[in-house]
This record gives sequence, C-alpha cells and structure tokens, in this order.
Amino acid sequence: MLINQFLLLAAILFCIGVYGVLVRRNGVLVLMSIELILNAVNINLVAFGTQHDISGQVFALFVIAVAAAEVGVGLAMVLLLYRTRRSINIDELDELKG
Amino acid sequence: MIAALLGADSFTGAVPTNIAFAIVAAMMIFAAIRVVTTRNVVHAALYLVLVLGGVGINFLLLQAEFVAITQFLVYVGAIVVLFLFGIMLTKAPLGVSDDLDNRKQRPIAAIVGLLMLAVLSFALIKTWTDQKVPFRLSAATNTTELSDSIFSTYLIPFEVVSVLLLAALIGAIVLARKD
Amino acid sequence: MWFLTHPWLIPALPTLGFVVILLLGKRLLGPARAHWIAISLVAVAFVLALGTAGAWISHSDHDTPVTSEVAGYAHVDPKCSQVAASVAAEGEEAIAPVATAHTSEAGHGEAEGEAAEGGESMSQPVVRCASWWSNGDSQFNIGTMLDGQSVLMLVVVTLVSLLVHIYSSEYVKGDRRYTHFYAFLQLFTASMLFFVLAENTLQMIVGWELVGLCSFALIGHWWEEKPNSDAALKAFITNRVGDVGLLVGTIILFFSAGGTWNVIDINTRANTGRISHTALLVASCCLIAAVMSKSGQFVLHTWLPDAMAGPTPVSALIHAATMVVAGIYMVARLYPVFFHGLSIGGSSINLLAVVGAVTGLFGSLLAFVQKDIKKVLAYSTVSQLGFMVTALGVGAWTAALFHLFTHAFFKACLFLGAGSLSHAAGHSFNMVDDMGGLRKKMPTTFWTYVIATGALAGIFPLAGFWSKDEILAGTGGANDGVGTYYFALIMLLLAAFCTAAYMTRTIWYVFYNGEFKGDTHGHGDPHENGPRIAVPLVILATLGAVAGFANLPKKMLGIEMPESLALRFEHLVEPVGAFFPGHGVGFTHAEFNNLLAIGSLLVALAGVGIVYAFYWKGALRPLHGLAERNGMARLGKRILENKYYLDWLYTDVIVGFIKKPLAAATYWFNQNVIDGVVNGVGKTAVASAHIVYDQIDQGVVDGVVNGTATFATETGGGLSKTQSGRLQQYAVLFFAAAAVMAGVLVLAVK
Repeated sequence: MLINQFLLLAAILFCIGVYGVLVRRNGVLVLMSIELILNAVNINLVAFGTQHDISGQVFALFVIAVAAAEVGVGLAMVLLLYRTRRSINIDELDELKG
Repeated sequence: MIAALLGADSFTGAVPTNIAFAIVAAMMIFAAIRVVTTRNVVHAALYLVLVLGGVGINFLLLQAEFVAITQFLVYVGAIVVLFLFGIMLTKAPLGVSDDLDNRKQRPIAAIVGLLMLAVLSFALIKTWTDQKVPFRLSAATNTTELSDSIFSTYLIPFEVVSVLLLAALIGAIVLARKD
Repeated sequence: MWFLTHPWLIPALPTLGFVVILLLGKRLLGPARAHWIAISLVAVAFVLALGTAGAWISHSDHDTPVTSEVAGYAHVDPKCSQVAASVAAEGEEAIAPVATAHTSEAGHGEAEGEAAEGGESMSQPVVRCASWWSNGDSQFNIGTMLDGQSVLMLVVVTLVSLLVHIYSSEYVKGDRRYTHFYAFLQLFTASMLFFVLAENTLQMIVGWELVGLCSFALIGHWWEEKPNSDAALKAFITNRVGDVGLLVGTIILFFSAGGTWNVIDINTRANTGRISHTALLVASCCLIAAVMSKSGQFVLHTWLPDAMAGPTPVSALIHAATMVVAGIYMVARLYPVFFHGLSIGGSSINLLAVVGAVTGLFGSLLAFVQKDIKKVLAYSTVSQLGFMVTALGVGAWTAALFHLFTHAFFKACLFLGAGSLSHAAGHSFNMVDDMGGLRKKMPTTFWTYVIATGALAGIFPLAGFWSKDEILAGTGGANDGVGTYYFALIMLLLAAFCTAAYMTRTIWYVFYNGEFKGDTHGHGDPHENGPRIAVPLVILATLGAVAGFANLPKKMLGIEMPESLALRFEHLVEPVGAFFPGHGVGFTHAEFNNLLAIGSLLVALAGVGIVYAFYWKGALRPLHGLAERNGMARLGKRILENKYYLDWLYTDVIVGFIKKPLAAATYWFNQNVIDGVVNGVGKTAVASAHIVYDQIDQGVVDGVVNGTATFATETGGGLSKTQSGRLQQYAVLFFAAAAVMAGVLVLAVK
C-alpha cells in the first residue's frame, strides 16, 4: 500500500467538503461538510503517523474530540438561529456587512 | 495467519488490502459527493454515515485500530445522531427540497474545489512518490503505545481537551436553552 | 552584579502596577488617587534603572583592558545563546570570521590590531534567560540582555515615564477614566522596558506589539469623540503594515542564522560572515518597513501627527521614550544585520540613509504650515527620527543613540510644555488663533520651552548641538575614504535649518504675537500651572541643556578634553566585540569637525535669524503673503498643507480600489438593488464607506468618492445577479486565496 493512496483520498474528501461549505445554504448541511473536511485531515494524520511515530494517531483522537465539541456548539448555534429567525439559511446572515 | 496473509514483507499483502481500499475509497467518494449534492437533508446525513464509516475502515487499513473504533463510536454513533436531531429540531424539509443549495455559487465553488484538489494532488504526488505503509505484526503494541503516548507526552493537551469539552458542553447549553 | 542579572524587576514593577490599578485601583485608593501606586512603582523602577546603570559603568570600566573577543561572551549564559555555548566549548574558533564578500579577513585583522593598540576593551553584555516554551526541537527563551544600549534606554524610559506620570496627575485630573489612564501608562512603560531588555527577536516582537497596543489604547483615550478613535485606529493599522515586515524579517533571520532567535547569536553570525549577504539584505529591507511604520519614517509617518489626538502626556511619552524610538532601537540592536546587509561601510547611498534623510527634510518642511502646536512638534519628531535613521544608515551608530538620548529630554519637555500651555489657555492647541503673548503670563513654561527649542535647533552648548553635530560628522568625510554620504549631509543640513526656523515660528506665535487671543472659558487670565506640571518641565529642560556633555569630543577648537570626560557615552554604550561591526569595515566614529560644527551652528542661527526678522521685525516684506501672490509658492504651500497628498493616496486611491469590488459584492447592497432603491445605493455606499474607512479618511475629494459610488452602483447591479451569500462569498475568496498561495508555495519550493 502506498501512503499516497490514502493522502489522495483525503485530498478528494477535503475538496468535496470545501465545495459543500461553499454551496450549501442549510446550516446543518454546512456543518456536515465541515465534518468531511475534518475527517480528511484525520486520514492524513494517521497516514503520516505510519511514517513516523504514534503521534499522528494521538492527534487524530484529539481532532475527533474537538470535532465532537464543534458539532455540539455548531448545532446549538444553528438551533438558536432557527429560533430567532425561523430559518437556518446562512446566506441570510448579513450582519457581517461593513 | 491473517497477518501472514496481509503483511509478510515478501508478499506485502498488497493485493487484498489494495482491493479493499479501492472498494472503500470508491464508496466514500460517491457518498461524499452525495452529501454535498443530495436534495434531501436526511439522505445527506445517511450518506455521511457511509463516509465516516469508510474513514474508519481506512484507519483499520492503516493499522490504527483504536482510532478506528473511536471513529465508529463517536462519529457514527454520536455525531450523526446529533445531526439528525439538528435536522429534526430545525424543522428542515424532510422530503426532497430544491432550496438547499446556493445555485449561483455552484460554478465558482466547483472551480475553487478543483483548484485546491489540483494543488494538493500535485504537492502530494511530488512529495510522496513511493513510500509504503509499513506493516506491524502485533496490533496490541500499537494500542499500548498510543495510550502510553497520550498519558505521558501528550498529557497536558489531553487535559486541555477535557476542559474544551466541558466548555463546549456549557456553551451549547447556554446557546440552545430557551429563556 | 546583582543589578545586571536582575533587570527583569524593572519591567515587572509597572506590570504589577497595571494589574493592581486595573483590578483594584478604584477600590483601594478611590477613583482619583490611582496615581500614587503608579508614580511610586515607576519611581522604584527608575531607582533600579539608575542602580543598573551604575553597575554597568563599573562593569565596563576595567583597569586593564579586556582585549580577547572571547571575553565578550563571558557573561552570556550559554543556555540562551548558541554562540556563547560554542565559544565556551571551542574558544576563539567559534567566532573567527568566515571570509566572505562583506567581511574580509584583512578588515577584521585590522580591527583587532586597532583594538589592541588603542587599549579598547571588549564590552561584556550580560544575558540571562529562562525557558519560555518549547516545541519539538525549537526552544523559546525569555530573558534579559543587558548592555550599554539597553541600560541607556532603561534610564531614559523610566525617567521620562516617571516625569510624565507626575505631570499627568495634574493634567488629567478629574478625567472620566483616570484609573484606566494610569493603568495603561503603566503597561506602556512596562512594554517598552520589556522590549528594551529583550534577549531574543521573538521577545522583541512581543514588546513591539504591546507598545503598539498601548499606544492604541492611549491615543484613543477619549474615544467618545470620533477623531480620537479614528486616530487610534489609524496608528494601529498603519503599524500593522510595518509589522508584516517585522515578522518576515525576523523569520528570515531565524532561519538564516541557523535557527536561533537570540540577538547575540544573530549579531555574531551576521558580523562574522556566517549569514549570506542576500539573506541579510532581504531581512534588513523587511525590517526597514517595520521601522518606517513604527518610527514614523516618510510615507508611513502619517499616523504620527494624528496621534496627537491623545492626551498630551501620552504624546510626550510616545515621542520621547516609548513607541517611536522602538524602531530606532531595533535597528541599533540588530545593527550588524543592517550594516552588512546594506553594505553601509562601503557605499555612499543605501535604503536606510535615504529613508532617514528624506524623512528628516520632508518632516521639517511639513512642520512649517501647521497651526496646531502639537502637530508642529509631531512633525519635528518625524524629522528628528529621520536624523537618527540617517545616522544608523551612514554607520554612525553612537551618534544615533546619542541623539535618541538627548532628543528624549528636550522633546518630552516641548510636549509637556505644549500641554502646560493648553492646560492654562483654554484647552486649545491652536497656537495661531488661540495663544499669543504668553511669555509674561507663564514664565516657567516660556523659559523651559525656549531652552528645549534651542536644544532641538542645535544651538551651542545645548544637548541637540552635540548630538546633531555628531550625526552630521558621521555622514561626512571623516570616514577613512569609504561610505561618504554627501546626499544625507546636504539633506540634513537643510532639515537643521528648517528645524531652527519652524521652532522659532512657534515661539513667536505662542509667546509673542501681541496679546492672548484664546478663551479660557471663564478661568480668567492664563497663568502658570502648579508644581506637578512645572517641576517636570524644569527637570527636562535642565537635562535637555546638559545631556550633550555626556559625549564631549576628544578635541574641540584645539582644546583637549580630559580623558575622564571625553566620549564617555561612546565608551559606555557602544558595544565592542565579535557581535558588532569593527573599525576596519567602515564603521565610523567621526572625529569632531570644527568646520562642520561651526557650519551647522551657523545654519541653525540663520534659521532662527530669518524667522526672527520675519516675525518680530516685520522685515523681509516681499516674503509676507508670498503664498497669496505667487503661483509656485501657493502650490508648494498647498502640497504641504495636504501633507504631500499621502492620506489622499491611502484613503481614496488604495482603499477605494480595494473597497469597490467588496462593497459591490455585499448582499446588503443587493437587497437595496432589489428594493429598487437604485439611487439610494450610491449614497448608502458612501455612508458605509465612511463608517468602515473613516479611520484613514481625511480630506476626501468629493469627485473621487462620487465616482466610486457611481462605479459601485454599476458593478453592484451587475454582480448582484451572481452573488448572494456574503459569508460564503468570503469563504470562496478565502479558499481560493489559500489554494492559490499554496500553489505558489509548492511551485516555488520545487
């Protein structure tokens, strides 16, 4: 097994995730796309880890923990959004305008 | 025996693992594309399960058993369920809906995605030409080593992560509660 | 020795003050008495700084000269410095020069010979550090580096800060954020001291940014008024521009010096030819960008005059001791990098000298057309910083530091004097319309102001004369035939003339010019301020008068100075050793030049004289109202009044260019189009542009903005059909930029 096959798979997943983040309007779906990106990174970490030491796997575990926290807070935000606006379409959030 | 089949260096086990990888990878890419293109929110969550499971199988192929099991438990078990709750609580359209995408954003997003993919693959192919994944015979040492590492070298980050989880917990409650 | 190994106490005290005042200040002493904590802590810090200076003096005065270069590292903790560690292990070998294009073996040999011959002793910096954090193999230290330069700054910063603290207790009495003000004064002092003591470049960056942060908070102290918060933002953002240069330069130095942040390591390796010339050149150019923004050098100086919006004591602190001199200090600290990177010793023109000389002259010209007394002083600081940068650029290191030293006193005196005037005269800084005739009413302020003006103009024997003259001599021919900077000399002589002239003009408007014209808002006639304002003025004026004697030349007009008095400053402050450019490579110690000294004195007197004749005597009739009658003169005045149109360039051309496509792309914009309020869009675009970009907005040219709005309307209409989500719009740009940059990096690394 070449290490590159894992890395390329991760790259593809990553880019699909980026596409999803850029295209999806629904807040929950955007979060799902972010999960794709995080998982791509995890594959990378573990694959690189095989070339060095166990640290890659440790970091993958940390990423999983952080991702769990991220989804929890992210969904809470989406929920709050839904409650205040009756919609979770993120392209309607325009308070960032300058 | 399995180890002999998969991993003896002369044989390298390349064929069966590669076949497994090819099947899983194809499935993952298909499912991932469906996650970002499907017009049904619940289907997107179910396709996500496929991708996350595929990632777990990849971890197994890379001989990271503990990470693989965590992946199944946390992601497939917990996070996807969270997503389904999110879908339910926000009253997302349960059937087919044309309103999920920013249609006008599609071409530019595709260009950006492909551009990134091109850069990434170029860099990867140039850097990692023929390095192989080394094979270990005993799975037990792997997990032992992992736990040793977490509780010695990475003890402080580990503690910090637990604080982070606590903060996320409180944050999520504060954000989501009705008052 | 205790003082030399424990200088960390000095920045620690004001830091403690910051924390205590911010958290407990109001509760502990009441809202109006925070200054007691602040003043006493700074006073202790000042005493400690004096103790350190005393220890340094006895540390550097040896009975028998220490001539071995290895001895220079005797007090450097090998934990902190790779070079010191290898010197301890290998001895002389570790710092032997590597022959390259920029440090020839011959030059080095000569330097050693000279050192031995003149009995010049190596300076022995004291470096102590502790591990800050480590990441993998990289070790990051935090520590203190004590040599002549940092001792000098410790004394100057704590002294000026102490006087400013005392002064402020009267000046900002009853302010609505009195405790807050003192807390930030403390942090400002502490950050500058931290920066000054920095042992490695990383620590310097931290101090550098902290200083910027504090200046932001203090310039915007009265943020309720829009111009003040705008000025604070402008100062901060302009500094960010230069900070990019600082970061890049530091990173280049880290890698090219073999993975070390330590200042001594970088200096030694740059000086002995262990860093390639290209790396040094690129690094010094990047760092010059940082100096330009922090020390207000030409084209990035525009924030400095605006920073006058802050309370006057803060301006004094910024201009005299903290903030703006940080740039000068950084160049002086990493001097071998600049010296070899820009080939200062062997060239007759280089970036540093040009930037400095241009700033020196252009800044002093700008001071002529100001009505606001603080702005005159601000441009004068810009100009004087130009002098220091030029001095560094021509290889006159000691002259630059000496000028920094003297300038700190008389400039602080001038600023505090301006504050004293406005405090008494109805809180206006407009010297043309709101002051005048104050000579008799405020005698202390008048005399201190005149002395400081004389020092700034370079009148013998006040401090400015000695230091300015040393800079001028440093540019000239007393340089063993290499590196003769006639260009800089001419520019600086012109600037010296202008300096004398505009300062005399200020005196005319403030202290003479008929009767008092201002309005004291019912406080009666303007009168002299109380002792807490007057005493710091007197102290600073005295120092401004006598500080020049710290570096008396060896021989002047045929009179030999006694050995114990001559060149004390140079002996104590200038490093000698393998970590500093030696004599043989073009590093200059210009001899005192009688002709030049008399010449520059005459130039300054001419400046004073012409303005005196013009205002006091009403002579030179043809010059009065010249700007009204002569087209060329009018054009020149208009260019000066608009500050060379630099703000216009930044605000309307550059920012306008950036904001057009962004503004056009906003979803908010789109909503307006959909609502059919097409006409309103133009106006709203202008309004939003004002809200966002007002901080860098002055003198907007209507035509350009209207053009912008029209253009934005049209492109907005077109783009609004293809754009919707603002957030995801950002994300697209973000990811695309990341991909493109990664691609460039990958291709570049190939």
